[in-house]
Order: sequence, then C-alpha cells, then structure tokens
Amino acid sequence: MDKKIRKIHLILGSLRDTFRLLKRNKVGFAGFIILIFIILMSFIGPYIVPFDTTSRLDKIYVKPSWEHPLGTDSQGRDILAQIVHGGRDVLVVAFLTGFLSTLIAISLGSLSAFIGGRFDSMITSLADIVLTIPHFPLLSVLAAFVKLKNPLMIAFILALLSWPGLLRAVRAQVLSLKERDFIEAARALDLGTPYIVFSEILPNMMNYIVISFILSMTSAVYAQVGLILLGLVPLATHNWGVMINFAWTRGAIFYKHSIYYILSPIFAISLFQWSLVSFTRSLEEIFNPRLGQGA
Amino acid sequence: MVRIYNTLKRISKNVILRRFIKSIFTIFVVVSLTFFIIRLMPSNPIQIYINQLISQYGMTYKEAEALAASLFSIDLKKPLILQYFDFLKNLFRGDLGISFLSRGTKVTSIIKEFLPWTLFSVGVSLLISFTLGIIIGMFIAYKRGSSIDVIITSIASILSSIPNYLIGIMILVFVGVQWKLIPIEAMRGSLSPGVKPGFTWTFIKDVFFHASMPILTYVISTIGGWILTMKSSTLSTLGEDYVMVAKARGLKESRITFSYVGRNAILPLFTSLTISLGFIVGGSVLIESIFVYKGIGWVLWSSISSRDYPVMQGVFLIITVSVIMANLLADLLYSRLDPRIRITGGE
Repeated sequence: MDKKIRKIHLILGSLRDTFRLLKRNKVGFAGFIILIFIILMSFIGPYIVPFDTTSRLDKIYVKPSWEHPLGTDSQGRDILAQIVHGGRDVLVVAFLTGFLSTLIAISLGSLSAFIGGRFDSMITSLADIVLTIPHFPLLSVLAAFVKLKNPLMIAFILALLSWPGLLRAVRAQVLSLKERDFIEAARALDLGTPYIVFSEILPNMMNYIVISFILSMTSAVYAQVGLILLGLVPLATHNWGVMINFAWTRGAIFYKHSIYYILSPIFAISLFQWSLVSFTRSLEEIFNPRLGQGA
Repeated sequence: MVRIYNTLKRISKNVILRRFIKSIFTIFVVVSLTFFIIRLMPSNPIQIYINQLISQYGMTYKEAEALAASLFSIDLKKPLILQYFDFLKNLFRGDLGISFLSRGTKVTSIIKEFLPWTLFSVGVSLLISFTLGIIIGMFIAYKRGSSIDVIITSIASILSSIPNYLIGIMILVFVGVQWKLIPIEAMRGSLSPGVKPGFTWTFIKDVFFHASMPILTYVISTIGGWILTMKSSTLSTLGEDYVMVAKARGLKESRITFSYVGRNAILPLFTSLTISLGFIVGGSVLIESIFVYKGIGWVLWSSISSRDYPVMQGVFLIITVSVIMANLLADLLYSRLDPRIRITGGE
C-alpha cells in the first residue's frame, strides 16, 4: 500500500515537472492549452451546446451576434454549434490513425531490427516504397473502391500509409540499443524479445514515439479533410470537413455573405493542426533540453 | 576472372545504379498494385461498367463485355495472371486504355494534354519557395533572437501547419471573392481559349495568369517549412569547426557566409526536396480542383468522381511514376553535390 502511494507521488511529481518544462516554451504551451481546449470542446461541448438542425429561413447568413457568435449558415442554423459538434469525428480519426500507425511502426520496426536478414531488408524496402508513393492520389483512388464509411475504416487505411517514418526511427534505435549493456544483460537473463522491446527499448525512445504519433495525427487530419472536401468519403455526419465541402460544392465560397460559414471550419482545423505541431516542438525541447537554446 | 568479378562488384556497389534499380522496382510494385486493386476489389469497375452498359443501353452481356474489355485493353476471358501480363505488356508499349466517358480518347493523350501544366506549376512553385525559403531561413539564422527572427519564425510555423488546400480556399475566398482583386472565374482552366502555344508573350503571360493562384498556394504552404529547416540547418553549420577556422583565418564575411555556411547548410535540405515534391504533386489533386486549374490532379479528381476507371488508373500511374522519377533525379543531384554520399552510399 505504502509502495503504491509513493509510486503515485512519483508520477505526480514527474507530471508537475513536465508541466513546468512545458510552460517554459510559451508558444508550445499555447499550443498545448489550445489542444486541450479543442479536445474538450469536441467531446464535452456537444452536451452543453445544443445543435438545432431545423432550418430557419428568416435567419439565413445572419452576421455574428450574441445569439449566434459565428453567425448562421445558408439554412439559418447556428455555425458555432456546428463547429462544436463537428470536431469529434475529425479528432477520433486522427487519434485512431496515430495509434494504429504507431502500433504498426513499433512492432514491424523492432521485429525487423531483431530478426534482421531478409525480413529486415523486405520491411525496409516496403517502407521506402510506401514513402515514395504520393499518398493523397493513392487514397483518393482507394476511396473509389472501398466505401470509407466509418471512422475506424478511414483511420485504418490512413495508418497503412503513415507508419514508415516512425518505423525507420524505431528500427535504427533498436539496432543501436541492441548492443548496449542493459539489453545484453536482459538477453542473458533470457527475458524474451517482446519483453525486451516493451520494457527496455521502447521507454528509451518514448520521445520519438510521442512526437511521431502527433505528427501522424496531423497528416491524418490533412488526408481525411482533403478526402471529405473532394467528396470522396460518404458524408454521413456533420463535421468540419463536411462543412468545407458544403461551402465549396454548393457555391457558398463565391457568395460574399457566407464568409463566416467557410472560415469557421478552416480556422478550427488550422488551429488544431497548429496546436499539434507547436505542442510537438515544445515536447522536443522537453526531451532534448539542448535544443531550447539553439532555436 | 578476378577482374570481371571486381567490375561486377563495383557495379553492384554503384550508388546511382542501385537507386535506379530501386526506382524501377517501386514503379513495378505500384503498377501491380494498381492492377490488382482494380481487379480484386469488391466493387470491380469492369463489372460495374458491364452492368451499366446492359441496363442503360440494353446490350447483351457479350457485347458489353467486349466493349469493356476493349476500353481497358484487357481480354477478360483469360485467367487473371495472364491478364496481368497483358496489362504489363500494354503498359510497356504505352497503351493505357481508352476513356469511358469520352469514348475513343486514349488515356495517354489525356495525360499528354494535362500533365505538362501540373509539372509546370509544381516545378515553378518548388523553385520559388525553395529559393526564397533558403534566403529567408539563412537570414533569420544570422539574426537569431532578434524580433524579426521571432516574427518570421512564428509566421513560418503557422504557415507550415495549415493544410495547403485550406490556404487555397482562403486565397479564393479573400483575394477572389471578398476583395475581388483577381478575376477568379477567368483564371480557371490552364489556358484561355484562343491562345496558341508558342514562344510568344501572350502565351507566356496567359500561362502564368492561369497558374498564378495554384503557384501562390503551393509557395505559401511550403515556404514556412523551408524557412524553418534552413534556419536550423544554418544554425548547426555555424557551430562547425571549419566555420570557426575560416573566421580565424580572417576570410571575408561574405565568403564564409556563401561558400562555407550556405553551401553546407543547404545540403540536408535536398533530401526534404524529394519529400516535398511528392507531397505537392499529391496535393495538386486538391489544389487544382479548388481552382479548376486543368492539370493532371484535376483530371484524377474528375475521373474519380465520374468513375472513369481507365483514366483514373492511367493518371494515378503517371502521377506516381513522375514522383518516383523526380525522387531519383533529386537523389542523383544530391550525390553530385555531396561527395560523401557518392563514396559511402549514404547508408
């Protein structure tokens, strides 16, 4: 019992340290706060802000006011409510993609480094090929054949394309750590490859993993919203991408008064992407304090 | 005997040759992937097209099948593996099939018509943003810590994180619609009607007129990345011993800046050049669709939305092949510029 409490204290202490380090880089900290805000808004917001889908013809493209902070759309519906309700799907796909591609990269990367030989060269050349093929055209062609109905499906296909970067890092890291004393010791104790990978090697490269997790989230957002924008994904739900698609396909882009309807989702997505990127920058500084002075 | 063995060994160690073989292999994988995606997916386009012909034009199954096969340049009665070999053979002869929509138009002639515009706009953008990015990045690396560095760095990091198509839409919305600075409707397409290609001023002006908004979008969305990488690359070069030695030898500041720092700081950026190129060409599907700039990206999007499978397949192949070729070219360029790569193979 005592041990457990001490462990909790230790975790809290390191969290506090991380938080302090995070605050040191102002831009990164702003990114972190905005990220938390967007996550809360998208997951808890829908319970607080109701989304009235009935069209109000008397309120088409109303300018921002107290009642409608971001104005209304072509059917008189509140834009802010649409933004609040439209984030969850985008975020879920991004997170799932990050998770799946990290999983693929870690397992293939460490296997490849440990097994070596022909398997290793096969995996590395596969990674090279996936890196060279332009992703967005491939995705749009695939979307013509596979019905990308649910978020998991989209995330899975996106993850199949975004693992090679991290795989290379994991492989290189495992290759160099493999020869270190503590790994040799673990091997001598006959602890087994999965154990060695998960409890000795991965904790040593957590920084790579976290950062590339977040970066693959950003590329997932890019690809996902791009596919929705071009209308290559069935538009079942209401999200930021669908709003942009509507604005584009229904010609709202060319209508002067619809500017709040177009800019709101663009701003939301850009803000989310920026917060992810700047958060990784400050994470980089936390993991590698020497960077802080240089850049 | 030994001499032959040594020559063979040298050939197999030749970096350029190895890169070349790797590129050919990647192209082969993509070609095979495309074939099997189209034939093995649950919604097989050839079958869909046959059904469509039967229901719409009242053809018999045989007629419809024959027409579909001729459009894809594939004999559907053969076993799949033989169809695959036929597909490869046709591809090798430059036969990519015929468009569904505009019957009789060869996919190759569609590619010939639309690809140059994409290569042009993407190439020009890459050149502009790479050059500007390097200059600005080096400049702020020298002024590190100053307020101009802070401002440019923050702008660059914001620009590099916004998806390029959102930048495109914002340009369209503000410059085209809200402020009406450009005639956005007239800028559609890749060339105004009536303008003949040639070395004339009207032609060149018109080409840039139509390509200007896509180019602007590509430049704005990529320049931030170049600035940031060049800045950090310059900063790390400035700390190198040879720069200090050059300073100690009393060399002129401008000589140190250009021949010592600049040349070495640019090198790592060439590897990002290939990644960036693939990304821009891939993104051209979105950017060209937004501005209705009629390049190969726009063709891909319109063929996907109209389910014109032969066009889709051919255009996807050509986009991939051009990216792979550009990668190869950049690799070769890089190994020319950096002797270390030529000797060690960069591994």
